[in-house]
Amino acid sequence: MTLMTKFLGAAAGMALTSGAALAEPALIFDLGGKFDKSFNEAAFNGATRWAEETGGKFAEIEMQSEAQREQALRRFAESGANPIITMGFAMADPLSTVAPDYPDTKFAVVDVNWLDLPNVRQVSFAEHEGSYLVGVMAAMASKSNTVGFVGGMDVPLIRHFGCGYAQGVMATNPDAKVIANMTGTTPAAWNDPVKGSEITKAQINQGADVVYAAAGGTGVGVLQTAADEGILSIGVDSNQNHLHPGKVLTSMLKRVDVAVYDAMMAGEDLEVGEVVTLGLAEEGVGVAVDEHNKDLVTEEMQAAVDEARQKIIDGEIKVVSYYENDSCPALDF
Amino acid sequence: MTDTAPAIELKGISKAFGPVQANKDISIRVMPGTIHGIIGENGAGKSTLMSILYGFYKADAGEIFISGKKTDIPDSQAAIAAGIGMVFQHFKLVENFTVLENIILGAEDGRLLKPSLSKARKSLISLAEDYGLNVDPDALIQDIGVGMQQRVEILKALYRQADILILDEPTGVLTPAEADQLFRILGRLRSEGKTIILITHKLREIMEITDTVSVMRRGKMTATVKTAETSPPELAELMVGRKVLLRVNKKPATPGDVILDVKGLRVVDGKGVERLRGIDLQVCAGEVLGLAGVAGNGQSELLEVLGGYADGTGNVTLNGTPLDLSGKKSDGQSRRARGVAHVPEDRQREGLIMDFQAWENNVFGYHHDDRFNSGLLMDHAAIRADAEDKMARFDVRPPDPTLAAKNFSGGNQQKIVLAREIERNPDLLLIGQPTRGVDIGAIEFIHEQIIALRDQGKAILLVSVELEEILALSDRIAVMFDGQIMGERAADQTDEKELGLLMAGITDTENEHSVAEVEANLARAGGDASKEV
Amino acid sequence: MDVMPKWAEVILVPLISLLLAALLSALVILAIGEDPIAAVTLMVKGALGSTYGWGYTLYYATNFIFTGLAVAVAFHARLFNIGGEGQAMLGGLGVAIAALYIPWPHWTLALIGCGVMAGLLGAIWAAIPGWLQAKRGSHVVITTIMFNFIAAALLNYVLVNVMRPPGSMDPASARFPEAVHLPTLHELLAPLGIAFSKSAPANISLLVAAAACIVVWLLIWRTRLGYEIRAYGHSQPAAKYAGISPVRITMVTMIISGALAGLMAINNVMGESERLVLNATEGAGFIGIAVALMGRSHPVGVFFAALLFGFLYQGGAELALWTSIPRELIVVIQALVILFTGALDNMVRMPLERLFLMFRRPAPPANSADSEPKPGPRSGQSEGAE
Repeated sequence: MTLMTKFLGAAAGMALTSGAALAEPALIFDLGGKFDKSFNEAAFNGATRWAEETGGKFAEIEMQSEAQREQALRRFAESGANPIITMGFAMADPLSTVAPDYPDTKFAVVDVNWLDLPNVRQVSFAEHEGSYLVGVMAAMASKSNTVGFVGGMDVPLIRHFGCGYAQGVMATNPDAKVIANMTGTTPAAWNDPVKGSEITKAQINQGADVVYAAAGGTGVGVLQTAADEGILSIGVDSNQNHLHPGKVLTSMLKRVDVAVYDAMMAGEDLEVGEVVTLGLAEEGVGVAVDEHNKDLVTEEMQAAVDEARQKIIDGEIKVVSYYENDSCPALDF
Repeated sequence: MTDTAPAIELKGISKAFGPVQANKDISIRVMPGTIHGIIGENGAGKSTLMSILYGFYKADAGEIFISGKKTDIPDSQAAIAAGIGMVFQHFKLVENFTVLENIILGAEDGRLLKPSLSKARKSLISLAEDYGLNVDPDALIQDIGVGMQQRVEILKALYRQADILILDEPTGVLTPAEADQLFRILGRLRSEGKTIILITHKLREIMEITDTVSVMRRGKMTATVKTAETSPPELAELMVGRKVLLRVNKKPATPGDVILDVKGLRVVDGKGVERLRGIDLQVCAGEVLGLAGVAGNGQSELLEVLGGYADGTGNVTLNGTPLDLSGKKSDGQSRRARGVAHVPEDRQREGLIMDFQAWENNVFGYHHDDRFNSGLLMDHAAIRADAEDKMARFDVRPPDPTLAAKNFSGGNQQKIVLAREIERNPDLLLIGQPTRGVDIGAIEFIHEQIIALRDQGKAILLVSVELEEILALSDRIAVMFDGQIMGERAADQTDEKELGLLMAGITDTENEHSVAEVEANLARAGGDASKEV
Repeated sequence: MDVMPKWAEVILVPLISLLLAALLSALVILAIGEDPIAAVTLMVKGALGSTYGWGYTLYYATNFIFTGLAVAVAFHARLFNIGGEGQAMLGGLGVAIAALYIPWPHWTLALIGCGVMAGLLGAIWAAIPGWLQAKRGSHVVITTIMFNFIAAALLNYVLVNVMRPPGSMDPASARFPEAVHLPTLHELLAPLGIAFSKSAPANISLLVAAAACIVVWLLIWRTRLGYEIRAYGHSQPAAKYAGISPVRITMVTMIISGALAGLMAINNVMGESERLVLNATEGAGFIGIAVALMGRSHPVGVFFAALLFGFLYQGGAELALWTSIPRELIVVIQALVILFTGALDNMVRMPLERLFLMFRRPAPPANSADSEPKPGPRSGQSEGAE
């Protein structure tokens, strides 16, 4: 061992030093990986856009297990990265221990809004508003009056998605039925496309002809199965319409990419200590219409979505958040 | 001697394993149609030499000539091609194959089995006729006796066109009757022109069957003589390098009280087979009870249950107090506490931990003794001192307590076990195969120790498959067959022939019995005897 | 056969194995178009170049010492405990229960209390496979592996349904109270005037692990129990002959092994994360097997092997952070080290033995003097050849 160290040490002496330069932003992905076609990929796209536009570089790491979060945070903070942008609610706890140790470093966290830390910017989204809109579209597209919802890990955040979705469906078609299932209770549920596929098949058997996946990497399986079985699906977070052109009704956009892009753009001037919630009004959430799904979205549908969107922004329609009292008026989980 | 080339000629064979010179400049000439014996102690290099001849090892130096032609034998295939066949001490047979299948194993022609089998069947029948080697080609190996299995090994070699047969310690697993039968077969093979090399450490066999004999000692060939011109004492001296006493000097026993009293002892093994079927025996203070029998007839089970590591039923008392035969109070520890010492049959598997050093083995089984411990920890200094003392008194060589058990020779390993068990001053000593794999010089010493213990008034139960040993040491002899005692004789009023019949389960020892009868009996009972040795 | 001097056996063989593994790893890195020297530099700097790096290296090493000792103890009885992972998970559960539900006045008491709970749960988790082996003959390799899965599922259930604080979305227990905070190396070394990184997780558990090495050494080589464990491991028939109960040895050994694996939780759960998260063990149970193999089941060997793997782990994490060398490749490098030091041991040993023999060749065979009255010692080789 000691000799090994010496040998390696000698090699080290001859070699160039490497590592991150100071004050580069760093991005920590959540479990599921940066190419999950959804939540993490949106973050990656935002960071890439920033890098392309500014010519800057950023450090990144994908989480392999729960226990690594704190080490990754500390390592980036130690190396002088600033700001450090982290993805997912699971970072809340590690952040609350690490951030106070590095008061000069600025952190941003997506999907967290309950911390009280002076050097952390918390960004959350009004997912229920965006989900309401895709709910409206799902209800109009469904012929069987039955639509599905596939959640990832069973946590309030995902119920929050499902709740907004159900409200949108019910508001459009009070006779419709919403089937909701969760993939699992652990973070592994974010990356289990096989199970996502199974759940989708089960929902199809129960009559669903539109399914909405809010499940990170698991959603890939949901969308695939929906396309294979000839029903419509709705993507989430990133624009997933292109995955199966003509088969994906729309995607509930959650502009994680914008949040990451903005944070990187702000750089060391990032405003911290505040909680930002991005809703329809801020264009933080929305529905995706592009060349891949324009044939699926009827004028009537587009009009209904536009109307609902405006009404939500104006406060005429109040979409109930699951967080308010941990229950949903339109759906039982 | 004659014009014909020797069947085998070895010139200057040397082989070293690391620092150990196993064979050193060995030369032999064996003429065709003769039986040549190679005799030597364990570790003398006999088997190494034969392994070189059979292609298992490559000699460091030297040449091999087969029928006058220089031959290279890099592997056993080459040896077979050169007409050499080998019958190992431990048979290399597949238990659940038939005799025929075993014979063609490794010598099949083509992809399909059928043609090979029918061809083999034909040549098997003719071989059997030529050499008197009768076996049932369709019997499963596991169903036939050891003697029969050995014949299969010989047939295997003959089927491969062997002209030269090497037999390694072939009688180790046979009853005297079976050994006689084997020698008749060997004689017949010789008269048919086959050349036979017989490796053994038993002087009697050399004298009985060989034409010439070579003696090996410490890797060197010390002498090659015509058998007719030598004698057992001379051979023994050549083997050991000094004069050896071939008989045990002992005074008549003076038996005292009954120490061990066994009544109706039964043992059922894991497969539900009854291995001991009601054993009755007594061992008195100051006597050696010898237990003779072909291996696998229940002797091992008897030692195990008396030694406390197999369960049995029946009534056994030691010094008049009952002995538990199962449950918590029946293990090696409690037996030792009751004054039972045990030198197990297989010292390498049971009596010693081969990777432990001698001093650690010195307390094996007695490691809970207060004098070897201080508080929670073992007292290594005390154990080492004790080991050095015992090794000195039992003349263990080298007297180095830090040497691992595996690095001692068989005889010295046995002395370590013996020292441990005898020095405890037990009331009863169970001792199994005390000299198996032990060289002649050490045998003498071990026998002296056993008799000395007897003369101290201890009870000794001796199990051995060597009839000579049983006869030499015992005061009374009981013979086991198929889990039962077939009979008991005073040692000075019986002989090998009578014991041999008892060993085959024939109690009517007054009349003549055919070899076939003996064999049939043995095959019936001791079908798996080979597994025990 | 003692053909090599001891120093060659314990230092030279693993060292050459390591060099071979390093060489092959370098080739692999080269093959994916990265600079192996830069990679090595990065690993060394990241793992050993700062007190921060050392803090993580030692933190991982502490985990591996515990699991390595667990596997080593079982090895001595020829029991292959692959369940260190599950036992360590259960140990974590024990720590969490003790830390969360008992109001500890001081960390010293908490360390003892949580340690006992960790060891206890780990021991129970190993005792069941032990019992199945001893009484039912179900092989521990199979059962301990199965128990890893059961442990993961159990932890999953407990964290999601029982220990998750209300309102939290993360399947993790609540933070442990401040009173059970274990002093880190930073806090331990500060009074001595040594500046150690404040943020590195290495903590007082390292000392507990070192103490465990000593205790295990005493147990295996100085106590009757250790003697019996080794005897049983070397030869079961001999152990039976000596009156050593196979059932007892199997059970006791598995319990000790499980307790050691469980104790790991005082480092990763109590010392580092200070709450129980999923997958807290991060495969340390399996690394323990490699550590025990490389350390030749000797506590000193385990200690140094654990340090090496701590280095590989921390260095590997650095590679993942700062290079595009994928994390999977770091697993490949670690696997190569395991392969060379554990599985391919003989590949290095045999040629080395031959080399040593070549130098010793001129020595005459032991006691060739014919005048010797009694047969002398023979090496196991000629005995084996006979």
